Amino acid sequence: MTTKPLSNIRNFSIVAHIDHGKSTLADRLIHMTGTLTDREMTEQVLDSMDIERERGITIKAQTVRLIYNAKDGQQYTLNLIDTPGHVDFAYEVSRSLAACEGSLLVVDASQGVEAQTLANVYQAIDNDHEIVTVLNKIDLPAAEPDRIKEQIEDVIGIDASEACMISAKTGLGVDDVLEAIVKKLPPPEGDPDDTLKAMLVDSWYDTYLGVMVLVRVINGSLKKGHKIKMMGTGAAYDVDRVGVMTPKFLQVDELHAGEIGVITGSIKEVADTRVGDTITLEKKPCKEALPGFKPAQPVVFCGLFPVDANDFEDLRAAMGKLRLNDASFSYEMETSAALGFGFRCGFLGLLHLEIIQERLYREFDLDLIATAPSVVYQMSLTDESEVELHNPADMPDIVKITEIREPWIRATIMTPDDYLGGILKLCQERRGIQVDLSYVGSRAMVSYDLPLNEVVFDFYDRLKSISKGYASFDYQLSDYRAGDLVRMSILVNDEPVDALSVLVHRSQAERRGRAMCEKLKELIPRHMFKIPIQAAIGGRVIARETISALRKDVTAKCYGGDATRKRKLLEKQKAGKKKMRQFGKVEIPQEAFIQALKMDD
Amino acid sequence: MATGAIEGGFGIYLHWPFCAAKCPYCDFNSHVRHQPVDQARFAAALDRELANFAELTPGRTVQSIFLGGGTPSLMDPATVERVLTAISDKWTLDDNVEISMEANPTSVEAERFRGYRAAGVNRVSLGVQSLNDADLKMLGRLHDAATARAAIETARETFPRLSFDLIYARPEQTLDAWAEELRAAIALAADHLSLYQLTIEEGTPFHALFNAGKLKMPEQELGAEFFALTQDVTAEAGMPAYEVSNHARPGAECRHNLVYWRYGDYVGVGPGAHGRLTVGANRLATATERHPETWLQHVEQGGHGMVENMGLSEEEQGDEYLLMGLRLTEGIDLKRYESLAHRGIDPRRLNALIEHGMVEQLGENRVRATRDGFFVLDAVVADLAA
Repeated sequence: MTTKPLSNIRNFSIVAHIDHGKSTLADRLIHMTGTLTDREMTEQVLDSMDIERERGITIKAQTVRLIYNAKDGQQYTLNLIDTPGHVDFAYEVSRSLAACEGSLLVVDASQGVEAQTLANVYQAIDNDHEIVTVLNKIDLPAAEPDRIKEQIEDVIGIDASEACMISAKTGLGVDDVLEAIVKKLPPPEGDPDDTLKAMLVDSWYDTYLGVMVLVRVINGSLKKGHKIKMMGTGAAYDVDRVGVMTPKFLQVDELHAGEIGVITGSIKEVADTRVGDTITLEKKPCKEALPGFKPAQPVVFCGLFPVDANDFEDLRAAMGKLRLNDASFSYEMETSAALGFGFRCGFLGLLHLEIIQERLYREFDLDLIATAPSVVYQMSLTDESEVELHNPADMPDIVKITEIREPWIRATIMTPDDYLGGILKLCQERRGIQVDLSYVGSRAMVSYDLPLNEVVFDFYDRLKSISKGYASFDYQLSDYRAGDLVRMSILVNDEPVDALSVLVHRSQAERRGRAMCEKLKELIPRHMFKIPIQAAIGGRVIARETISALRKDVTAKCYGGDATRKRKLLEKQKAGKKKMRQFGKVEIPQEAFIQALKMDD
Repeated sequence: MATGAIEGGFGIYLHWPFCAAKCPYCDFNSHVRHQPVDQARFAAALDRELANFAELTPGRTVQSIFLGGGTPSLMDPATVERVLTAISDKWTLDDNVEISMEANPTSVEAERFRGYRAAGVNRVSLGVQSLNDADLKMLGRLHDAATARAAIETARETFPRLSFDLIYARPEQTLDAWAEELRAAIALAADHLSLYQLTIEEGTPFHALFNAGKLKMPEQELGAEFFALTQDVTAEAGMPAYEVSNHARPGAECRHNLVYWRYGDYVGVGPGAHGRLTVGANRLATATERHPETWLQHVEQGGHGMVENMGLSEEEQGDEYLLMGLRLTEGIDLKRYESLAHRGIDPRRLNALIEHGMVEQLGENRVRATRDGFFVLDAVVADLAA
């Protein structure tokens, strides 16, 4: 491979709201540049996990090198980093953006700018990116490109007059996108002859090749056999392979300044690598390290317990494997009186939690009980110490606490006008403080400060149902604020169920308690005796429901000798019972631990 | 041969799948034919299928034969005679063999009773269902109450043993009305009654009506009161329940049904019949093709109409013993459960049920549902089987 001058390289990301066609466009670019043959193209090649393809979301940033013969007769190397759109993975977006000089902003030509569009494009602008605007799905009858262009200019404040008009699905207009990348995005800067300086963009574990490190070379070059040093951790490694993703791994001789590629070496674990770290030569280090990134902090915690206690060791092994590829997920052992041995796990957000849970189920065949998600609380104690609380069950004695602080977020919601009333009501109910409200045409954009603890559970579900799916939502953590928080316990048949206890704001306690008791009444099947369900703060009961006893449940006629049919029913009942947990005399279905928290209002 | 099945006895069930009309609540394997059924051909096929099962069960003594349906009283007495002869040719019959037959209480069928008796039938079970004309109409029955009473009289004169069925907890039925009807039934009864609570089965016209909100069924609480009333009235009259829905004077229990509930062996022939057979070390579950003419073809071509014939696992045998056995007031034998399931009942669950008063232990090895337990027997069985 001949070395290309920096002027023939373009590094770019794609930012978009979910479902606006980011991954389809990436596929189309790969296809049109002939990077993969038709046979190798499966839909959304960059979303390699089953969950990603099914849900149409990108979880892990992926990278691909495209070779493009432009209309000016020159050949360009285009490095695309496909980024996740969801807020939970915003940190992946930020580091991908830092490795590029430009971004494609993809907007659905009928839906227009959404909350995630905004969040992501502002990040790109913060990274000094040039932006190429792309209006996708212009072939759909509902497309209104002129209106959407105007909206982009109004809301985001960038020039959309030269936006590419495309259909990623059919390929219409995509060649203009390739041209625009070459013409409008700047080439990388850097000195190929200087000493090696590269940014560690991401790392993951590959079953065959081991730990793979995605790097952006700033100065100098990286070769097989180099002895490299991570300036942040101080560790040194031998480089075994140097290559690019096509998106399959393809070995190359070296990576030059301005290029994006992948190296493998004597690195044992993903956890040994620090995203944003500066890679240089051990013998001849560069002078200054890059500023680096803040590591992603888990913001939501929940307990995961095996349904079958015998699966505990399997669960531990599975979590270890997942963590190999996802350093943002954390876990430590936890014991619950109700649920036995399990793990307290930290996640970047609710989608992250759901994905991990689903992967444990799918890839490792583990049936799990998840407890109510909780945020991280800070507490000041009377002995002047400070503690972080990840689990409501660990809450210190109330008399020892001088102050509890909870995390708040700044949320941006964009919605058609019609649903604004319902959304404002929802935010008010969740202790929100309105910060801003503005209109772009018939779409309202509202900013709210909200306690994360009010959002963490079902806020997004409620928002979607209120707005019939039309509202979009994005948030970032803002600060910790003191709050009048209390621990609410749930008693089933007079016994407290630790896995159901939650921290709530005092003003919300009664409403939440009542809702939880009502939900549990629906979720716990009738037993042969009546079961009281109570919500209590300290010793004071604030809500109560009763599940009445089963009165009649007996098959009247057993036809002939057809025991098979009845046995099949019994087998179903038995399987159902296996999915329940015994608390004293009561069997609680595992989904109750999550469902009980959902508010119907 | 394993002794487990012998403990429960050995019986033969024969299914006659035709009915004059389908009842809107019934989900049994019944079919209406507008052309006369070729009874001789069906009898020949039943004979062949019996021969096939006889080879699997050599040396067994038949304690009971049951002709069920459908409507077996649509069979000509000659057809009944032919199949009963086929059975006695292939197996030894017990001296006290019980030969039961289901019959509809219409006048036409009552005229055939003598012929059935002559063919060997010694017990008849009449599908009376109600003694009230309006309800009989609602249930889609082809007889009225007066005809049913007359058929009961004829049957009583013709057969040594007699039972009839009633369906209760009907839409709009009151407890008082049922108490009165039940007392009248007991006065008419010989020594056995089957009293079934009406249930809505999937795929029936009643199911569609119920889903459309056009059939008002008693709620769980009222259903429980109907059941309680039924237990009280029959016990007072000396015909207590010996099974969830079956009542008899002591000694008059249906032996054939006891084979099922004691989890004995039974052959099932005819379209859509089920069987349980101990063959060598295996406990087989058999089922035959449900569609009558298809079944007929299978038998004529291959000697049997079986579409299922599989060995039951220990777990499955344990489950079936629990769900059949606990329907009886005599309950189950824990040792037998262990020998079938190769495990014991979870003592924690058993003790919890005893504590709640749902089951009781009689001596070391016998467990049975209490009166309270019978109301929620399906939940009790699920607990014990878990």
